Amino acid sequence: MAPTGFTQIADWAGWLWRGVRSRLGLALIGLGVAFLAVVVALVWIFADALQPVGADLIDFATSQFGFSVILALVLFGVINGVVAYCIYYERKISAWIQDRRGPNRTGPWGFFQPVADGLKFVFKEDVIPAHVDKVLFVLAPTIAFIVAFVGWAVIPWGGQVQLGGHLLNVQVAGPDIGLLYILGVGSMGVYGVVLGGWASNNKYSFYGGIRATAQMLSYEIPMGVCVLIVVLTMGTLRLEDITVAQTGYWAGWIPQWNVFLHPVAFVILFITVLAETNRTPFDLAEAEQELVGGFHTEYSALKFGMFFLGEYAHMITGSAFIAVLFLGGWHFPWIPWTQPEATQWYAALAKMVVLGLKIVCFLFVMMWLRWTVLRFRFDQLMRLAWLCLIPMTLALFVLTVVLLYLGEPRSIWATIGNVVILIVSMGYAALRNKPVTGRQANMPPIVEGGLGDARIRAGVSA
Amino acid sequence: MIRDEDILEIRPPALSPAERLYLPQIIGGLWRTLVHLVRNLFAGGAMTVQYPEQKRKLRVENYRGVHRLNRDEKDRVACVACFMCSTACPAHCIHIEAAESPWDDREKYPAKFDIDELRCIYCGMCEEACPVDAIELTPHYDLVGRSREEMILGKEELLAVFDETKNEKPRKNPRITGYLNTGHRQAGGEGGASQG
Repeated sequence: MAPTGFTQIADWAGWLWRGVRSRLGLALIGLGVAFLAVVVALVWIFADALQPVGADLIDFATSQFGFSVILALVLFGVINGVVAYCIYYERKISAWIQDRRGPNRTGPWGFFQPVADGLKFVFKEDVIPAHVDKVLFVLAPTIAFIVAFVGWAVIPWGGQVQLGGHLLNVQVAGPDIGLLYILGVGSMGVYGVVLGGWASNNKYSFYGGIRATAQMLSYEIPMGVCVLIVVLTMGTLRLEDITVAQTGYWAGWIPQWNVFLHPVAFVILFITVLAETNRTPFDLAEAEQELVGGFHTEYSALKFGMFFLGEYAHMITGSAFIAVLFLGGWHFPWIPWTQPEATQWYAALAKMVVLGLKIVCFLFVMMWLRWTVLRFRFDQLMRLAWLCLIPMTLALFVLTVVLLYLGEPRSIWATIGNVVILIVSMGYAALRNKPVTGRQANMPPIVEGGLGDARIRAGVSA
Repeated sequence: MIRDEDILEIRPPALSPAERLYLPQIIGGLWRTLVHLVRNLFAGGAMTVQYPEQKRKLRVENYRGVHRLNRDEKDRVACVACFMCSTACPAHCIHIEAAESPWDDREKYPAKFDIDELRCIYCGMCEEACPVDAIELTPHYDLVGRSREEMILGKEELLAVFDETKNEKPRKNPRITGYLNTGHRQAGGEGGASQG
């Protein structure tokens, strides 16, 4: 029997205790205590001299600029850690779905697996093949990594907070065009993939890059229109304002989240974000089975790790983006701390937790989909974007514009219109009597001696 | 020669209107995977064997692991050095040197009996070929060594494997002890891998 429940907890306790009791553990603890003692002693001795410096530091931290800098640094660390644990989370979910256990050897529940993975990325040999374009080859993972992280800057994390007499935005930067910034930066992500595929100077990688480009071009359109629907409904491009505008209630208890107004647009935006982040079923750029990893075939060690981290960071950015646009960002109904009026520091923390939980839910759905749905074939991918998503989003767009003209963009009619559009498109898809896939459509009918004749394909003369 | 009637024309069946909606199918798939996930999380549905702590239950009678050389009831090596196993071996991994037997119930016995466990493909042909059921494959599979030479098991080592595994997997026909008793076994109609 595998250890379960209490025996397992006892096992881990023993493991921890042995770690503490070992010579290395004792040495580390001793060093830590000594370091703390030295720091406390130094602060004690130089307390008078440090006083003005401390006051300056507090002044800096409570100005918007200083707060943004600190927030950016903290977020960078936190998100790197979260991204590492995303990989662990993904492996666990895939294991559970496939009736396996997943990583469980490195610490309790395999909890230190990301540390081991990270060390592996750092210490493996970093190969740059002889036939690659060296500049672009190094540049590509850097772009993928940086672009995935700069999108964070405009995500409104926790509304406003009152610190040291100043009202600060819990946001690294709050430009009026936050939405456009995040769209632009998100689309830059494809450069990492395309350049990686091109610089590798390898057919499969190149195919991966080309596929990513075509996919990105196709899915930018429904994504842009979905975002436009939100912008028209809310009348602003500032993400903070979009969040605050979703904090009211309908009929006294339904939160005014956009997802209730435009459920279909929400689903379509989620699908396009999946496509933008190259996640299954849209991971044609990687496609291990066909392209041997696609754009990252030639990459190893830290460069591969950067692609990897970039993909997961991009997922988190996309999730936060959808959460802000459609699920009210940091707002959660009925909890007073997550209302815009609450500006205490603990309220800001509560708001961060709420947004974080929403992101985690999205990540779970993305991973769940990855281990359920098969990868699309390329023509299916294009068909989905051009024949299904774009017409639907355009219909939704027209609906929003009409409602805006009538002066009621946030009424029940938006929801009704969404449902009608969904039913009409699904009915059209179900009832038109056409082959679903391109291959079926392009296959010639079987005629005697024709192209589809089985005898010709078998190499037998009639 | 492929004839027309040999050719099978296979076409995927057309999708029904309900399947054409696609979304219900996706949701059905998601439900299925969710059921597995929840079952695995809360009801322990994982199939994984936690190897070093847990071991699979093997079918001892026919698992083909490390070889052993059986002893007869007088604790002598049961092998009669007939070379049947090394002849049957497709990997040529058995090396036998025969010598005159010191016992009077058989003519020869193996002075040297080496099996290269790295060359062996564990097909079990030696066991099939042995007329006296002296060589058998055991359910031991975790054989390790630090060098190629170490993985060549000699006679004493193979006999030691027998001592380790005789309780787990008793000798197939304990009554067959030596060369002279073969006739008795055939008269008794005893089954077994080898019939003379």
